[in-house]
Amino acid sequence: MQTALFMCAPEHFGIEYEINPWMSLERQPDRGRAKTQWESLYRFLTCDLDVDVKLIAPVANLPDMVFTANAGLALDKKFVSSRFRHKERRGESEHYEAWFKQRGYSVHTLPGRLYFEGEGDVLFAGEADAYAGYLIRSDVYSHAAVADLLGARIVSLELVDPRFYHLDTCFCPLSSESVVYYPEAFDSYARDVIKANFPDRIEVTEQEALQFVCNAIIIGNHYIQPRGGSENLRPALEARGYKTHEFDMSEFIKAGGATKCLVLKLMETTKSTRGYK
Amino acid sequence: MYSETVEITGHIIDSLLLPKILDDIVRHGIEFNIERLDVGKKREDPSCARIRLTAKDAEALENVLKRIRQHGATLVDEQDAALEKVEKDGVFPDNFYSTTNQQTLVRLNGRWIEVERPEMDCGVRVSADSAHAACVAISEVREGDPIVVGHRGVKVAPMPRPSKEDLFSFMSSAVSTEKPKGAVVKDIARCFQEVRYRGQKILVVGGPAIVHTGAVPHFIRLIESNYVNILFAGNALAVHDIEYALYGTSLGVYLDKGIPAEHGHENHMRAINTIRKYGGIRQAVEAGALTRGIMCACVKRGVPFLLAGSIRDDGPLPDVITDVIRAQGEMRRMLQGVSVALMVATTLHSIAVGNLLPAAVRTICIDINPAVVTKLTDRGSFQALGIVTDVEPFLRELCGELKL
Repeated sequence: MQTALFMCAPEHFGIEYEINPWMSLERQPDRGRAKTQWESLYRFLTCDLDVDVKLIAPVANLPDMVFTANAGLALDKKFVSSRFRHKERRGESEHYEAWFKQRGYSVHTLPGRLYFEGEGDVLFAGEADAYAGYLIRSDVYSHAAVADLLGARIVSLELVDPRFYHLDTCFCPLSSESVVYYPEAFDSYARDVIKANFPDRIEVTEQEALQFVCNAIIIGNHYIQPRGGSENLRPALEARGYKTHEFDMSEFIKAGGATKCLVLKLMETTKSTRGYK
Repeated sequence: MYSETVEITGHIIDSLLLPKILDDIVRHGIEFNIERLDVGKKREDPSCARIRLTAKDAEALENVLKRIRQHGATLVDEQDAALEKVEKDGVFPDNFYSTTNQQTLVRLNGRWIEVERPEMDCGVRVSADSAHAACVAISEVREGDPIVVGHRGVKVAPMPRPSKEDLFSFMSSAVSTEKPKGAVVKDIARCFQEVRYRGQKILVVGGPAIVHTGAVPHFIRLIESNYVNILFAGNALAVHDIEYALYGTSLGVYLDKGIPAEHGHENHMRAINTIRKYGGIRQAVEAGALTRGIMCACVKRGVPFLLAGSIRDDGPLPDVITDVIRAQGEMRRMLQGVSVALMVATTLHSIAVGNLLPAAVRTICIDINPAVVTKLTDRGSFQALGIVTDVEPFLRELCGELKL
């Protein structure tokens, strides 16, 4: 899978409402510091790793647009637009849809009134399989609809801890075989599914999970994460040949997001694997 | 029993959604049957399961449905009922939905609507604006009427089980000659008082044994105390009652002495002739020719009665409706607002009326012959409570309990 990334600068970032347990109107992020944190990540991705990063212009009064992971799902010139559970974020969709349309994507919305929060709740592990979180934000029905649209297998995982409200806050596939995750964020069936599908699992502790270390971007063998993960995660990743890169994400964590939430993957499958199945 | 069917589609096996849903169902004591399971052939193919859930408790089922819905199980019958137009008067469309006497709901334009006047063995006619639905007998449908066809979008709400404290809990018992009648009669008396207090109606379907057994005075007391609001009977009850009122005999036998009157067999024909001369029961009462008895009490108290004819009737009295379809239609009209039906000593009229009653109408059947009650329940009036006893002692005891 080849990947470019899609980001939005934190020009208008702030906490203007409370829609997850992390957000508090009393605890405002420092916009200047947020900007510095975002820019250091952007610079690392574009300069150090030479990743192609596309940008969308920030829009006033849409403070969460910085979390582009929730815009939708972009795969092979198809963009499945999110339908946000909270009305506070619904205004973002028209901007994302316009952006993708302009760049030649076919834009899809889900039928009915299904909630779906994009890559926040759907993560690919390899090219053929995707894992999707449901109950807190996305509806399980949206998984079947997205699977149908993209022709992929989507395995549904029930999220049970409101602090880990999106799948990407507690689950990070490294490949089709390996995953980093926080088991307590899932119900027992989901834990069994993860065990059955990933022979190699790195389980993080609650403290690590609360540092948002599962909210990571994987580029090759680079694991790009917020600060933390010294107990289980770092040794486990190093043993597997991953290089960890820690970024200060303090201002974004106040809004319930970190490194991964700031990017949406523009995925393109390689033809050879697409033909097989 | 309550049941619903759900469908689940997606990668439900890989995600363990199917076992999760089934575990949830079983954990809450609900039975299930997987009616269909289509497993995707390729890795990316979705699978689909159709599951029928059955529960004894409506609330438990509702709770489980609510929970499994968020794991992807959707109700199958959330579809509108199908309608077809009647092409010929008195003929339902093929595949018409044949009703039960229970509370029934049909789904029209996404809304569940209660079917008015539930009656067994009818069709469901929908109003032009799809806002109302009602049971309609086959003889009453007219060309162009929209009728519900098939079972889709039709729900029968089963009768709630009476709780132990329920005044009417005795209704759930079956017919038996061994039952302690005193307690049951006491319950019926409380039921009558409750119904009268609420301004609902008590229907009595009576046979001539009311007269033969000497129960007329008790029955009149019930009428005069407003415990009989509608009377359905045949020619016989009225004839025997009038014969007794005019001559003191029933089928020629003096009820007080128990001996036959001389030429007594003529009495019932003379009674019929008298009423025919006046043109009807009401007219005879108004003319002062009929001054006592059940029919006289009905006229005087303004209790509507309907006499339905049969092929073996003598006379009949001018009040008797001999066209059975017309009699049936009249009965339906008169049944509105009835909440208790007391059927006393008549087999055929009991079954006929039982067929017209919604299951929610509490039905009490009094007969010396246990077979009558069995017949009534076998013909679909499962809600009927039977008491095997002679009519006179029953009505006497009932009047006693009602302090009449």
